[in-house]
Amino acid sequence: MALSIEDIKKVAHLARIAISDADTSATLTKLTGILGLIEQMQAVDTTGIVPMSHSQNLSQRLRNDVVTKTNLRDEFQKNAPKLGNGSTEPAVADGLYLVPKVIE
Amino acid sequence: MNQIDLTHFSLRQIAELLQSKKISSVELTQTFLARIKQYNPNINAYIALDEDKTLAQAQAADARIAAGNVTPLTGIPIAQKDIFCAKGWPTTCGSKMLAEFIAPYDAHVISQFDSAGAVNLGKTNMDEFAMGSSNETSYFGGVKNPWSYDRVPGGSSGGSAAAVAARLCAAATGTDTGGSIRQPASLCGLTGLKPTYGVVSRYGMIAFASSLDQAGPMAKSAEDCALMMNVMAGFDERDSTSLDRAKEDYCKDLHQPLRGLKIGLPKEFFAQGLDANVGKVIEAAISQYKKLGADIIEISLPNTGLSIPVYYVLAPAEASSNLSRYDGVRYGHRSAEYSDLMDMYCKSRAEGFGAEVKRRILIGTYVLSAGYYDAYYLKAQQIRRLIAQDFVEAFKQCDVIMGPAAPSTAFKAGEKVDDPVAMYLQDIYTISTNLAGLPGMSVPAGFAQSDDGKSLPVGLQIIGNYFDEARMLGVAHQYQQVTDWHKQAPNLDMPEGIA
Amino acid sequence: MEWEVVIGLETHTQLQTNTKIFSGAAIKYGAEPNTQACEVSLALPGVLPVLNKQAVHCAIKFGLAINAEIAPRSVFARKNYFYPDLPKGYQISQFELPVVGKGAVTIQVPAQGKNAAYEKVINITRAHLEEDAGKSVHGAVEDMSGIDLNRAGTPLLEIVTEPDMRSAAEAVAYAKKLHELVQWIDICDGNMQEGSFRCDVNVSVRPKGTEKLGTRREIKNLNSFKFMTQAIEYETRWQIETLEDGGKIQQATVLFNPDTGETRAMRSKEEANDYRYFPDPDLLPLIITEADKARIGADMPELPAAMKARLEAQYGLSSYDASSLTTSKDLADYFVAIVDAGADAKQAANWMMGSVSAKLNSEDKNIKACSISAQQLAQLLTRIADGTISNNAAKQVFEAMWAGEGDVDSIIAAKGLKQESDTGAIEAIIDEVLAANGAMVEEFKAGKEKAFNALVGQAMKASKGKANPAQVNEILKKKLSA
Repeated sequence: MALSIEDIKKVAHLARIAISDADTSATLTKLTGILGLIEQMQAVDTTGIVPMSHSQNLSQRLRNDVVTKTNLRDEFQKNAPKLGNGSTEPAVADGLYLVPKVIE
Repeated sequence: MNQIDLTHFSLRQIAELLQSKKISSVELTQTFLARIKQYNPNINAYIALDEDKTLAQAQAADARIAAGNVTPLTGIPIAQKDIFCAKGWPTTCGSKMLAEFIAPYDAHVISQFDSAGAVNLGKTNMDEFAMGSSNETSYFGGVKNPWSYDRVPGGSSGGSAAAVAARLCAAATGTDTGGSIRQPASLCGLTGLKPTYGVVSRYGMIAFASSLDQAGPMAKSAEDCALMMNVMAGFDERDSTSLDRAKEDYCKDLHQPLRGLKIGLPKEFFAQGLDANVGKVIEAAISQYKKLGADIIEISLPNTGLSIPVYYVLAPAEASSNLSRYDGVRYGHRSAEYSDLMDMYCKSRAEGFGAEVKRRILIGTYVLSAGYYDAYYLKAQQIRRLIAQDFVEAFKQCDVIMGPAAPSTAFKAGEKVDDPVAMYLQDIYTISTNLAGLPGMSVPAGFAQSDDGKSLPVGLQIIGNYFDEARMLGVAHQYQQVTDWHKQAPNLDMPEGIA
Repeated sequence: MEWEVVIGLETHTQLQTNTKIFSGAAIKYGAEPNTQACEVSLALPGVLPVLNKQAVHCAIKFGLAINAEIAPRSVFARKNYFYPDLPKGYQISQFELPVVGKGAVTIQVPAQGKNAAYEKVINITRAHLEEDAGKSVHGAVEDMSGIDLNRAGTPLLEIVTEPDMRSAAEAVAYAKKLHELVQWIDICDGNMQEGSFRCDVNVSVRPKGTEKLGTRREIKNLNSFKFMTQAIEYETRWQIETLEDGGKIQQATVLFNPDTGETRAMRSKEEANDYRYFPDPDLLPLIITEADKARIGADMPELPAAMKARLEAQYGLSSYDASSLTTSKDLADYFVAIVDAGADAKQAANWMMGSVSAKLNSEDKNIKACSISAQQLAQLLTRIADGTISNNAAKQVFEAMWAGEGDVDSIIAAKGLKQESDTGAIEAIIDEVLAANGAMVEEFKAGKEKAFNALVGQAMKASKGKANPAQVNEILKKKLSA
């Protein structure tokens, strides 16, 4: 499954990572190398083998439905990023996190 | 009291001095802080220091000691890998993305050290988001190997490894997703343990690959690691994968004799790819174990070679998703200029992440994307089971498995940074235990000559069955009773190895 | 060409819990922005999810209520996409192995025009647990959206049907039935204004008689049954017109605009998504045992279908009455309470579906807010049955009780509504009426039945409405035949 420039662009878009045309071809070379390493798996016959998601064969523990969290909004919003586009103010207003307009 | 000596003391020795009030925690902490001030600007092991916070903790520890309310780690300065959220401390994970992030809460591991009365000396450098084997992917610059400043300390816990090796802390924490405790421990000549998956809570530990990440101690000796484990291990209801087991004393098997211990040597760990000089050191260590009464058995872990391909599907896949939260909305880096929401996302992430992290996100996104899931992700999870099964078979024949922790000694900075595949092969002996969820450790076993004639540390890897950490620590401790490799320290003013 | 519309629903029901599905943050509606957004809700670095027991119980209850397969092992998966109201960049949901498998809901589609009412079985494909996203708020700052993550992580059960519905009426009947059911088993408060019960409707059309499904468009987030009807009807017309004009339907997600009554494609959903689902490594498989199911089943209320059958068998109610009384648990409980307090079942049903329901509707209240208790209403019905008051008088008493003027007997006394049941007094009145209306008596005797009713009327008038009509009938009949 050879990678193409188009694949890199598609994947970079899915991952929301801007990538310049110059970087795209360099990335293609490196990712092709890594995929070459990965391709060794295809030689293995895995018919009937149950996939392993966790190393311990355990079941999910359940939490009692009790409120344990308090309002720490001001504390958390100290980490808000700078708004950007000329403003170094934190990207919050009236307790809301500010982002460019969301279009539905 | 000779200050240099203090920094070389074992945790038990330091604890005795503290508890008999021969020194105070504040004095001890100042000794380490002074040493950090002297050597860290060059080594770059620490990326965040906060003397006020640190000394306040030392004072509190002294008060606890005065009140007789002590644990073995009360007043002892510990370095924390910058992957653990520590309230009020910068917590960057080695990334520009989190360069401004001040953690508003404590990781479970941090709370455990706080409750024990340990002192947080500072946050240590690491590969960005723990992705790397040389510490060179850190946004805050590489870390120098204290044994040879032109070499890397290994990674991703390179800052913690260098801090312990250079005696810039009494002990440190690390995390290990594919070898990130054991490989730097090997390259820096210290003892490091990656516990069974689920023994140490991951709450507050910034996720790389959730099903593989596990925190553990990095220290001068097996006994120090055992004391650290007594603090770090334990059930935490905030982590669904934390194991609800009875509290264990990891010192309990330290003094168990090794007669009759069955050591399995996987032939795949001694095949092509292993540096010949490293191989000799490991063989010598095995001979030492024979002298201690252990029986040596050759075993096979036939799927070892597949562990790297499997890992480089599963870890990037999980990482691509784990790192989606860094979007510049609520915290972390946001691009200074953007036109709309899509532009903000793409620029913030392109600027905030370094090259290796981006590569892994892209690989992870690719293997999970429509049409490829079965061929990559599902297949990797199936082979993961085969790899785990190899160990189940192996432990029917032996008590512990031994081999090298890394295929070579510390390599030169810049040597592999542009060749990800070569870098990934650093973890060939360590990754399979993460995939199986087994405990593994690296123990100093001697020194090997590099191409340019430097003598550099070599680590012996010990792999145990699930929950056998105490036994493994005992196996390492007995070896450390008859060898002094773990007591060797680099000369920081002339770091040319011990040759 | 005659067209057929094919409809399937995906309903997001917000589960009745105190806290979020994966953290101990509160989920009270209407809190100040981000004051219920804990470190887990905000997806701070290093946080981890732990599953809420109550959310799992709700899912099991629903599975039992629709007689579905409940998965002994189900798995949480990550659905990966970027959106500012989705803090982790993925939603924790269930994909390949949902907690609830195939089940079914029987709906009653009301009569419409010339079409009679009918029942239909709607198959449920699956129901799975997942977390809700936060909200984008517009207008706080110019050209920006504000993100409030209070709702992020609220537990949802997404209930998915087969494409079994063939009209807006069927879709709405299903949605209403489901709405009743989730409230009946107490897993959802059903508050549609607050978004506790939201429907996504998949609509496609095909030439009648063909099998192949047309391309569907999904109408998102309908939060009232009225809008659902309007949206489906508009969308169906639009699709048919588009196809008849030679156009093609593109698969799309659309929004319904209540102001214009139209649907339009969402811009944010234009690009094809690739959600990269994979099992969430932070969560382990959810295991549900037979014992868990039995324990939760034992605590379940009698289900509406069973209760409807019981009301028919035990109280002799018609299927229609029984069905109407089991649209909500509170309504059904109210009915049973009236009967338990000694009232006649049939009469109780008539009153509930008549005066009580009319009154509640006019005041836009539900039965829980009814100002007359079941015991009071039973007392009223008893007073009709024992002849103390007439049906007409009872209506006056009912109005007075609703207005809070007192209990049944004190209102009857205060208003002087007690009817005359003294045989002697009634006989005297009838004697007077017969004497004064000789012509009518003659007509009756000549075979004109109507004259009898006129005589009853005269007697009632003479008693000022207080005479017991049954007694008047009886005595009059006796006297005329004498």
